[in-house]
Amino acid sequence: MSILIDRSSKVLVQGITGRQGGFHAKLMMEYGTDVVGGVTPGKGGEWFEGKPVFDTMRKAVETTNADVSLVTVPARFAADAMMEAADAGLRLVICLTEHIPVSDMMRVVSYCAQKGTRLIGPNCPGVMTPGQAKVGIIPAMVAVPGNVGVVSKSGTLTYEVGFAMKNAGIGNSTIVGIGGDPVIGTTFVEVLEMFENDPETEKVALLGEIGGSAEIVAAEYIKNAMTKPVAAFIAGRSAPPGKRMGHAGAIVDGGEGSAEEKIQALEAAGARVAANPEEIPGLLS
Amino acid sequence: MKLHEYQSKFLFRDFGIPIPEGKVATTADEVQQIAAELGGVVVIKAQAHVGGRGKAGGVKVAKNVEEARAYAEQILGMDIKGLRVDKVLVDPGADIEREIYLAITNDRGAGRPLIMTSMDGGMDIEELNRERPDAITREHIDPILGLQGFQVTYIASAMGMPRALWRQFGSILRGLYRCYVESDAELAEINPLVITGGGDLLAVDGKVIIDDNALFRQPELTAERDASDELESERQAREAGITYIKLDGQIGCMVNGAGLAMTTMDMTKLYGDANGIGPANFLDIGGGATPEQVATALRIILSDSNVKCVLFNIFGGITRCDEVANGILTAYNEVKPDVPMVIRLQGTNAPAGNRIISEAQIPNIMSAQTLTDAAKMAVAAVKEGA
Repeated sequence: MSILIDRSSKVLVQGITGRQGGFHAKLMMEYGTDVVGGVTPGKGGEWFEGKPVFDTMRKAVETTNADVSLVTVPARFAADAMMEAADAGLRLVICLTEHIPVSDMMRVVSYCAQKGTRLIGPNCPGVMTPGQAKVGIIPAMVAVPGNVGVVSKSGTLTYEVGFAMKNAGIGNSTIVGIGGDPVIGTTFVEVLEMFENDPETEKVALLGEIGGSAEIVAAEYIKNAMTKPVAAFIAGRSAPPGKRMGHAGAIVDGGEGSAEEKIQALEAAGARVAANPEEIPGLLS
Repeated sequence: MKLHEYQSKFLFRDFGIPIPEGKVATTADEVQQIAAELGGVVVIKAQAHVGGRGKAGGVKVAKNVEEARAYAEQILGMDIKGLRVDKVLVDPGADIEREIYLAITNDRGAGRPLIMTSMDGGMDIEELNRERPDAITREHIDPILGLQGFQVTYIASAMGMPRALWRQFGSILRGLYRCYVESDAELAEINPLVITGGGDLLAVDGKVIIDDNALFRQPELTAERDASDELESERQAREAGITYIKLDGQIGCMVNGAGLAMTTMDMTKLYGDANGIGPANFLDIGGGATPEQVATALRIILSDSNVKCVLFNIFGGITRCDEVANGILTAYNEVKPDVPMVIRLQGTNAPAGNRIISEAQIPNIMSAQTLTDAAKMAVAAVKEGA
């Protein structure tokens, strides 16, 4: 068991003929992910590494029976690509694309909810179930199979912590990058709930950052409903208010969303909060 | 991207929202001329991207043309929180019965647009929200359907808008919603929207912030950008595709990825704060970390004279650390920094990357294994240099 993806997931890559899409599709296949094809409008009928390329998601899903899609198309086309995937009936859509307008994301999140499609991202590194499959750009070398679930707003910070766990002999059930945008498809709480219900996950590492209140909501869930231990790190303690720290969502606004309030809420909920991400493996053992 | 008050209000006017018939001026002569044209009482308002301009003396009511000129001479060129005022808006004085608050914003938690209104406008909404949250009426909008008629009635009724003004208010609210959607705003705020002595509604002050990620489809608004509040170094970084934010510490940070960049800053503060040492900047170099990109980033970091040490923290995932190491050395030889550098490479090909750095034998460059060590070494380097 794991959450969201495993070796049986059949994956389509939207934008597979693009430089980024193609590069990562190949790495995903090398990892063992069952990439069944890709979609690039206007390139239907071509082949990519022995996999068929389609013009539309409908045709691709009909032909391949895919249940997961990875969106790698540029920001101005990404909203349309995500809605096309939801319309084609996919169970799970993971979007890597950064810089998508928030107004587009509000419509996409609402549309995916109507269609019953789970959306992960955007502006995220994707999902990896070590030893089985990865959908996205998380490097293969950062994790081994194990029992700690990871949920994170960040990319390289996740690799950093995953790698530190691996070096400490700790493996991961699934690593989920939920993305650093203000409006995202799946929040901390939803992933925590999946980990809570996943028999293979024994502990959880949560990597948050300044901006918004998703970590506070997560703390309430941890306090009220979670039986598994949680270790956490919140990035941005030294960030000044009112400045956007790289991620579109990482901004302390009107005094809300500071690292201190999130750390306090998580500690009050019984999570172990690290002041330094390299302490996370220690907090989990 | 923030719009000035005058830009916000002129935008509102395009969506049928009534605003005072004011004009923008950059000289006292222009102000005098506009005041004469408008006649009577005028308000001279500084146009600068800072809050609290009224308290700073940037907003003045002038009873006649002479006063208008005198105030213009005071306000134009004045310094408000480090920003020089180059423009003023000259508005006719409004006859204010009551001040109302009206805004539409992205509610990130709900993932929906949120309309907030209050009959107690004029004051800072965050303050009102803290002190009397019940005085604010809130209504979420379905992002696919948009603002519905029944919601307009609901809002007018719930906030206590006088019935005689419902039609006017509805037209303003619909206009503001269209403005918010069509301009890709993350905030469209009228504060105050006033009820005049004549019983009309008028948008006396406005604030619009456009979603930076939507500027590609807002060419007209993009052309209006006033980047005078942006530092030169931040502008250079933006144009090079690097995210850079200047802070006031001594350790220049160069990191790949926003979350890790924030974390690296935090670590310098964690180990340096007791000695008043902390991060000099946020910098996310992005995915590639090519020699050109590293050199550009290094120049930007070093343009800050507070920087006493540069800390590189690169996690090589898809990027290989040996390539990054070569990139750093190339950039070093090009830029020749005179401050020490601490380099921490982790992930793919990290041993090879570290070997390249140590074999280069540059006295100014130190290699670190962990992020903790790297932060401590950078703090120590600043202490030694002090």
